[in-house]
Amino acid sequence: MAAPRYVADPVEDIRTVALDGLCVLYHARSGATHIVAPPVPEILEALREGPAGAAELLRRLERQFEIEGDGIAARLEELEAAGLVRRA
Amino acid sequence: MRHRLAFQVGPVAFRIGSAWRAPIDALGALYAGYPEPEDGICDFTVRLEPEQPWRRWLRPSVAIRGDYMLPDAMPMALAHGLLAAEMGMNLQMALGQKRYLLLHAASVEKGGRSLILTGESGAGKSTLAALLGERGWRLMGDEFALLDLASGALHPFPRAVSLKNGAIAVVEREVIPTRFGPRLDGTPKGAIRHMRPAADALQRMGEGAPPALILFPRFGVAEEVRPVGQAEIFMRLTQASTNYVALGAAGFDALTRLVSETPAAAIDYPDTDAAVALVEDLWRQAA
Repeated sequence: MAAPRYVADPVEDIRTVALDGLCVLYHARSGATHIVAPPVPEILEALREGPAGAAELLRRLERQFEIEGDGIAARLEELEAAGLVRRA
Repeated sequence: MRHRLAFQVGPVAFRIGSAWRAPIDALGALYAGYPEPEDGICDFTVRLEPEQPWRRWLRPSVAIRGDYMLPDAMPMALAHGLLAAEMGMNLQMALGQKRYLLLHAASVEKGGRSLILTGESGAGKSTLAALLGERGWRLMGDEFALLDLASGALHPFPRAVSLKNGAIAVVEREVIPTRFGPRLDGTPKGAIRHMRPAADALQRMGEGAPPALILFPRFGVAEEVRPVGQAEIFMRLTQASTNYVALGAAGFDALTRLVSETPAAAIDYPDTDAAVALVEDLWRQAA
Protein backbone atom coordinates (compact mmCIF):
# COMPACT_ATOMS: atom_id res chain seq x y z
CA MET A 1 0.00 0.00 0.00
CA ALA A 2 1.33 3.43 -0.94
CA ALA A 3 2.29 5.78 1.89
CA PRO A 4 -0.41 8.39 2.58
CA ARG A 5 0.00 11.86 1.08
CA TYR A 6 -1.16 14.95 2.93
CA VAL A 7 -2.21 18.55 2.24
CA ALA A 8 -2.39 21.55 4.57
CA ASP A 9 -4.85 24.42 4.50
CA PRO A 10 -3.58 27.62 2.87
CA VAL A 11 -1.76 30.14 5.01
CA GLU A 12 -4.77 32.49 5.16
CA ASP A 13 -6.78 29.74 6.89
CA ILE A 14 -4.17 29.10 9.60
CA ARG A 15 -3.02 32.19 11.46
CA THR A 16 0.39 31.60 13.01
CA VAL A 17 2.07 33.60 15.77
CA ALA A 18 5.48 32.70 17.27
CA LEU A 19 5.69 32.97 21.06
CA ASP A 20 9.00 32.19 22.79
CA GLY A 21 10.10 29.42 20.42
CA LEU A 22 6.65 27.86 20.32
CA CYS A 23 3.87 28.73 17.88
CA VAL A 24 0.18 29.33 18.39
CA LEU A 25 -2.05 28.54 15.43
CA TYR A 26 -5.65 29.53 14.82
CA HIS A 27 -7.32 27.14 12.41
CA ALA A 28 -10.24 28.97 10.82
CA ARG A 29 -11.88 25.81 9.45
CA SER A 30 -12.34 24.26 12.91
CA GLY A 31 -12.17 27.40 15.08
CA ALA A 32 -9.56 25.59 17.19
CA THR A 33 -6.37 27.08 18.61
CA HIS A 34 -3.25 24.91 18.76
CA ILE A 35 0.05 25.43 20.56
CA VAL A 36 2.79 23.66 18.60
CA ALA A 37 6.57 23.26 18.63
CA PRO A 38 8.99 23.02 15.69
CA PRO A 39 8.95 21.40 13.19
CA VAL A 40 5.16 21.71 12.94
CA PRO A 41 5.01 25.22 11.41
CA GLU A 42 7.76 24.17 8.97
CA ILE A 43 5.84 21.01 8.00
CA LEU A 44 2.67 23.02 7.30
CA GLU A 45 4.64 25.50 5.21
CA ALA A 46 6.34 22.76 3.20
CA LEU A 47 3.02 21.01 2.54
CA ARG A 48 1.67 24.19 0.96
CA GLU A 49 3.91 23.49 -2.08
CA GLY A 50 1.50 20.64 -2.82
CA PRO A 51 0.43 17.23 -1.51
CA ALA A 52 3.27 15.09 -0.20
CA GLY A 53 4.01 11.91 1.70
CA ALA A 54 6.60 11.65 4.45
CA ALA A 55 9.55 11.00 2.08
CA GLU A 56 8.78 13.92 -0.24
CA LEU A 57 8.07 16.19 2.74
CA LEU A 58 11.46 15.33 4.23
CA ARG A 59 13.19 16.28 0.94
CA ARG A 60 11.40 19.65 0.96
CA LEU A 61 12.35 20.32 4.60
CA GLU A 62 16.00 19.31 4.04
CA ARG A 63 16.35 22.08 1.45
CA GLN A 64 16.00 24.61 4.28
CA PHE A 65 16.68 22.87 7.57
CA GLU A 66 18.88 20.28 9.15
CA ILE A 67 16.30 17.76 10.13
CA GLU A 68 16.18 14.15 11.28
CA GLY A 69 13.95 12.03 9.09
CA ASP A 70 12.69 9.84 11.91
CA GLY A 71 9.31 10.84 13.13
CA ILE A 72 8.04 12.83 10.15
CA ALA A 73 5.39 10.19 9.41
CA ALA A 74 4.38 10.20 13.09
CA ARG A 75 4.19 14.04 13.12
CA LEU A 76 1.93 13.91 10.06
CA GLU A 77 -0.38 11.42 11.78
CA GLU A 78 -0.57 13.70 14.84
CA LEU A 79 -1.33 16.71 12.66
CA GLU A 80 -4.02 14.74 10.87
CA ALA A 81 -5.59 13.81 14.22
CA ALA A 82 -5.48 17.50 15.22
CA GLY A 83 -7.20 18.46 11.96
CA LEU A 84 -4.33 20.62 10.74
CA VAL A 85 -3.50 18.40 7.71
CA ARG A 86 -5.64 15.94 5.81
CA ARG A 87 -5.16 13.15 3.31
CA ALA A 88 -4.73 14.30 -0.28
CA MET B 1 -41.10 45.09 37.71
CA ARG B 2 -42.18 47.24 40.61
CA HIS B 3 -38.70 48.37 41.65
CA ARG B 4 -35.97 49.22 39.22
CA LEU B 5 -32.44 50.46 39.09
CA ALA B 6 -30.29 51.12 36.02
CA PHE B 7 -26.64 52.09 35.98
CA GLN B 8 -23.57 52.09 33.79
CA VAL B 9 -20.45 50.05 34.62
CA GLY B 10 -17.73 50.93 32.10
CA PRO B 11 -19.10 50.30 28.61
CA VAL B 12 -22.01 48.18 29.84
CA ALA B 13 -25.44 49.34 31.04
CA PHE B 14 -27.37 47.14 33.44
CA ARG B 15 -30.99 47.18 34.51
CA ILE B 16 -32.00 45.41 37.70
CA GLY B 17 -35.70 44.84 38.24
CA SER B 18 -37.12 43.45 41.45
CA ALA B 19 -40.43 42.54 42.99
CA TRP B 20 -38.99 43.67 46.33
CA ARG B 21 -37.88 47.08 47.39
CA ALA B 22 -35.09 46.00 49.76
CA PRO B 23 -32.62 44.67 47.17
CA ILE B 24 -33.00 47.74 45.01
CA ASP B 25 -32.36 49.97 48.04
CA ALA B 26 -29.25 47.94 48.95
CA LEU B 27 -27.95 48.03 45.39
CA GLY B 28 -28.73 51.71 45.11
CA ALA B 29 -26.60 52.40 48.19
CA LEU B 30 -23.74 50.21 46.97
CA TYR B 31 -23.82 51.69 43.47
CA ALA B 32 -24.28 55.31 44.58
CA GLY B 33 -22.44 57.62 42.19
CA TYR B 34 -22.52 55.28 39.17
CA PRO B 35 -23.86 57.09 36.11
CA GLU B 36 -27.22 56.27 34.58
CA PRO B 37 -27.11 54.54 31.18
CA GLU B 38 -25.93 57.08 28.63
CA ASP B 39 -28.74 56.65 26.13
CA GLY B 40 -31.31 55.07 28.42
CA ILE B 41 -30.78 51.71 26.73
CA CYS B 42 -29.52 48.77 28.80
CA ASP B 43 -27.28 46.00 27.50
CA PHE B 44 -28.23 43.44 30.15
CA THR B 45 -31.18 42.92 32.45
CA VAL B 46 -31.26 41.03 35.73
CA ARG B 47 -34.68 40.23 37.22
CA LEU B 48 -35.47 39.29 40.78
CA GLU B 49 -38.87 37.71 41.09
CA PRO B 50 -40.70 36.06 43.97
CA GLU B 51 -41.86 32.86 42.28
CA GLN B 52 -38.97 30.58 41.38
CA PRO B 53 -36.83 33.66 41.35
CA TRP B 54 -33.79 32.05 39.75
CA ARG B 55 -35.40 30.45 36.77
CA ARG B 56 -35.56 33.33 34.37
CA TRP B 57 -32.14 34.78 34.68
CA LEU B 58 -30.35 31.51 35.25
CA ARG B 59 -31.78 29.89 32.14
CA PRO B 60 -28.70 30.58 29.98
CA SER B 61 -26.55 28.38 32.19
CA VAL B 62 -27.42 25.69 34.68
CA ALA B 63 -23.78 25.41 35.70
CA ILE B 64 -24.01 28.36 38.02
CA ARG B 65 -26.93 26.87 39.94
CA GLY B 66 -25.88 25.92 43.43
CA ASP B 67 -22.85 28.17 43.28
CA TYR B 68 -24.09 29.87 46.38
CA MET B 69 -26.94 29.56 48.82
CA LEU B 70 -28.73 32.13 50.81
CA PRO B 71 -27.56 32.68 54.34
CA ASP B 72 -30.23 32.02 56.95
CA ALA B 73 -29.39 35.13 58.90
CA MET B 74 -29.96 37.55 56.02
CA PRO B 75 -33.34 38.97 55.13
CA MET B 76 -34.16 36.93 52.04
CA ALA B 77 -34.90 39.74 49.64
CA LEU B 78 -31.82 41.73 50.53
CA ALA B 79 -29.54 38.74 50.08
CA HIS B 80 -31.23 38.03 46.76
CA GLY B 81 -30.66 41.55 45.66
CA LEU B 82 -26.96 41.79 46.25
CA LEU B 83 -25.81 38.30 45.39
CA ALA B 84 -28.22 37.68 42.56
CA ALA B 85 -27.58 41.01 40.93
CA GLU B 86 -23.81 40.63 41.18
CA MET B 87 -23.89 37.07 39.85
CA GLY B 88 -26.48 37.95 37.24
CA MET B 89 -24.24 40.76 36.01
CA ASN B 90 -21.27 38.37 35.82
CA LEU B 91 -23.30 35.74 34.03
CA GLN B 92 -24.73 38.17 31.50
CA MET B 93 -21.29 39.58 30.80
CA ALA B 94 -19.70 36.14 30.47
CA LEU B 95 -22.34 34.89 28.08
CA GLY B 96 -23.35 37.98 26.22
CA GLN B 97 -20.31 40.14 25.68
CA LYS B 98 -19.13 40.22 22.05
CA ARG B 99 -17.31 43.54 21.77
CA TYR B 100 -14.39 42.63 23.99
CA LEU B 101 -12.25 39.67 24.83
CA LEU B 102 -13.30 39.01 28.40
CA LEU B 103 -10.55 37.97 30.76
CA HIS B 104 -11.31 36.75 34.25
CA ALA B 105 -8.82 39.18 35.76
CA ALA B 106 -8.50 42.23 37.92
CA SER B 107 -6.94 45.37 36.45
CA VAL B 108 -5.60 48.69 37.66
CA GLU B 109 -4.14 51.73 35.90
CA LYS B 110 -1.35 54.21 36.58
CA GLY B 111 0.20 56.81 34.27
CA GLY B 112 -2.13 55.91 31.43
CA ARG B 113 -1.14 52.23 31.28
CA SER B 114 -2.81 49.20 32.77
CA LEU B 115 -1.74 46.22 34.86
CA ILE B 116 -3.58 42.90 34.51
CA LEU B 117 -3.78 40.57 37.53
CA THR B 118 -5.04 37.13 36.68
CA GLY B 119 -5.02 33.72 38.30
CA GLU B 120 -7.19 31.09 39.84
CA SER B 121 -10.08 31.99 42.10
CA GLY B 122 -8.70 32.60 45.58
CA ALA B 123 -5.25 33.65 44.30
CA GLY B 124 -5.81 37.08 45.78
CA LYS B 125 -6.21 39.22 42.68
CA SER B 126 -9.40 40.96 43.91
CA THR B 127 -7.83 41.89 47.23
CA LEU B 128 -4.62 43.07 45.62
CA ALA B 129 -6.49 45.17 43.04
CA ALA B 130 -8.73 46.63 45.78
CA LEU B 131 -5.69 47.67 47.84
CA LEU B 132 -3.82 49.10 44.84
CA GLY B 133 -7.00 51.08 44.13
CA GLU B 134 -6.58 52.74 47.56
CA ARG B 135 -2.83 53.31 47.16
CA GLY B 136 -2.32 55.49 44.12
CA TRP B 137 -3.68 53.29 41.34
CA ARG B 138 -7.02 53.54 39.57
CA LEU B 139 -9.06 50.36 39.98
CA MET B 140 -10.38 49.29 36.58
CA GLY B 141 -12.12 46.13 37.79
CA ASP B 142 -11.73 43.16 40.11
CA GLU B 143 -13.56 40.50 38.11
CA PHE B 144 -13.44 41.09 34.35
CA ALA B 145 -10.86 42.85 32.20
CA LEU B 146 -12.25 43.88 28.83
CA LEU B 147 -9.70 43.73 26.01
CA ASP B 148 -10.67 45.86 23.02
CA LEU B 149 -10.53 43.66 19.91
CA ALA B 150 -9.51 46.54 17.64
CA SER B 151 -7.19 48.75 19.68
CA GLY B 152 -5.76 46.23 22.16
CA ALA B 153 -6.54 48.64 25.03
CA LEU B 154 -8.05 47.45 28.29
CA HIS B 155 -11.42 48.93 29.24
CA PRO B 156 -12.59 49.45 32.81
CA PHE B 157 -15.45 47.45 34.28
CA PRO B 158 -15.42 48.84 37.83
CA ARG B 159 -18.27 46.87 39.35
CA ALA B 160 -18.45 46.68 43.13
CA VAL B 161 -15.45 44.67 44.38
CA SER B 162 -16.37 41.29 45.84
CA LEU B 163 -14.26 40.70 48.95
CA LYS B 164 -14.19 37.30 50.59
CA ASN B 165 -13.30 36.00 54.04
CA GLY B 166 -9.91 37.27 55.31
CA ALA B 167 -9.74 39.93 52.59
CA ILE B 168 -12.74 41.76 54.08
CA ALA B 169 -10.92 42.89 57.24
CA VAL B 170 -7.75 43.75 55.28
CA VAL B 171 -9.64 46.18 53.04
CA GLU B 172 -11.94 47.46 55.83
CA ARG B 173 -8.83 48.91 57.49
CA GLU B 174 -8.24 51.23 54.51
CA VAL B 175 -11.70 52.19 53.27
CA ILE B 176 -14.48 54.27 54.83
CA PRO B 177 -17.49 52.20 55.98
CA THR B 178 -20.00 53.95 53.69
CA ARG B 179 -18.40 52.33 50.64
CA PHE B 180 -19.27 48.81 51.83
CA GLY B 181 -22.43 46.78 51.35
CA PRO B 182 -23.69 44.47 54.09
CA ARG B 183 -21.54 41.51 55.13
CA LEU B 184 -23.08 38.26 53.84
CA ASP B 185 -22.04 35.28 55.94
CA GLY B 186 -22.54 31.60 55.25
CA THR B 187 -22.29 31.45 51.48
CA PRO B 188 -20.38 28.44 50.05
CA LYS B 189 -17.50 30.82 49.39
CA GLY B 190 -17.66 31.91 53.03
CA ALA B 191 -18.26 35.53 53.97
CA ILE B 192 -18.71 38.07 51.18
CA ARG B 193 -18.75 41.85 51.40
CA HIS B 194 -19.04 44.16 48.41
CA MET B 195 -17.16 47.46 48.21
CA ARG B 196 -17.72 50.43 45.93
CA PRO B 197 -14.45 51.42 44.20
CA ALA B 198 -12.89 54.82 44.91
CA ALA B 199 -14.33 57.93 43.26
CA ASP B 200 -11.72 58.16 40.47
CA ALA B 201 -12.58 54.60 39.35
CA LEU B 202 -16.17 55.74 38.80
CA GLN B 203 -15.37 59.11 37.28
CA ARG B 204 -12.97 57.58 34.75
CA MET B 205 -14.93 54.42 33.93
CA GLY B 206 -15.02 55.39 30.25
CA GLU B 207 -11.22 55.67 30.01
CA GLY B 208 -9.32 52.67 28.68
CA ALA B 209 -5.56 52.13 28.93
CA PRO B 210 -3.09 49.98 26.96
CA PRO B 211 -1.74 47.02 28.96
CA ALA B 212 1.86 47.35 30.20
CA LEU B 213 2.26 44.34 32.52
CA ILE B 214 0.55 41.01 33.24
CA LEU B 215 0.99 39.40 36.67
CA PHE B 216 -0.15 36.02 37.96
CA PRO B 217 -0.42 36.56 41.73
CA ARG B 218 -0.50 33.76 44.30
CA PHE B 219 -1.22 34.59 47.92
CA GLY B 220 -0.03 32.76 51.03
CA VAL B 221 3.41 31.47 50.02
CA ALA B 222 7.00 32.73 50.32
CA GLU B 223 7.87 35.73 48.19
CA GLU B 224 9.10 34.88 44.72
CA VAL B 225 9.01 36.29 41.20
CA ARG B 226 9.08 33.72 38.43
CA PRO B 227 9.26 34.20 34.67
CA VAL B 228 6.41 32.74 32.60
CA GLY B 229 6.88 31.76 28.95
CA GLN B 230 4.69 33.48 26.38
CA ALA B 231 3.07 30.25 25.19
CA GLU B 232 2.11 29.44 28.79
CA ILE B 233 0.74 32.95 29.29
CA PHE B 234 -1.30 32.56 26.11
CA MET B 235 -2.67 29.22 27.30
CA ARG B 236 -3.50 30.54 30.78
CA LEU B 237 -5.29 33.55 29.32
CA THR B 238 -7.39 31.42 26.97
CA GLN B 239 -8.45 29.51 30.08
CA ALA B 240 -9.13 32.77 31.90
CA SER B 241 -11.34 34.06 29.09
CA THR B 242 -15.06 33.35 29.04
CA ASN B 243 -15.53 34.19 25.35
CA TYR B 244 -12.21 33.43 23.62
CA VAL B 245 -13.62 30.52 21.61
CA ALA B 246 -16.80 32.38 20.66
CA LEU B 247 -14.82 35.30 19.23
CA GLY B 248 -12.86 33.09 16.79
CA ALA B 249 -10.06 34.75 14.82
CA ALA B 250 -10.71 38.17 16.40
CA GLY B 251 -10.09 36.70 19.86
CA PHE B 252 -6.93 34.95 18.66
CA ASP B 253 -5.56 38.16 17.14
CA ALA B 254 -6.33 40.23 20.26
CA LEU B 255 -4.83 37.67 22.64
CA THR B 256 -1.65 36.97 20.65
CA ARG B 257 -1.10 40.72 20.39
CA LEU B 258 -1.52 41.14 24.15
CA VAL B 259 0.90 38.29 24.92
CA SER B 260 3.49 39.34 22.32
CA GLU B 261 3.62 42.96 23.42
CA THR B 262 3.22 42.75 27.21
CA PRO B 263 5.83 41.62 29.77
CA ALA B 264 4.58 39.16 32.39
CA ALA B 265 5.60 37.36 35.58
CA ALA B 266 4.17 35.09 38.26
CA ILE B 267 4.42 36.52 41.77
CA ASP B 268 4.10 34.66 45.07
CA TYR B 269 3.63 36.63 48.26
CA PRO B 270 3.02 35.94 51.95
CA ASP B 271 0.84 39.00 52.65
CA THR B 272 -0.74 41.94 50.88
CA ASP B 273 1.88 44.54 51.88
CA ALA B 274 4.58 42.34 50.32
CA ALA B 275 2.38 42.01 47.23
CA VAL B 276 1.92 45.77 46.84
CA ALA B 277 5.71 46.30 47.16
CA LEU B 278 6.38 43.56 44.57
CA VAL B 279 3.89 45.06 42.14
CA GLU B 280 5.39 48.54 42.47
CA ASP B 281 8.88 47.13 41.92
CA LEU B 282 7.91 45.13 38.80
CA TRP B 283 5.92 48.11 37.48
CA ARG B 284 9.02 50.33 37.69
CA GLN B 285 11.03 47.71 35.80
CA ALA B 286 8.37 47.42 33.11
CA ALA B 287 8.11 51.18 32.66
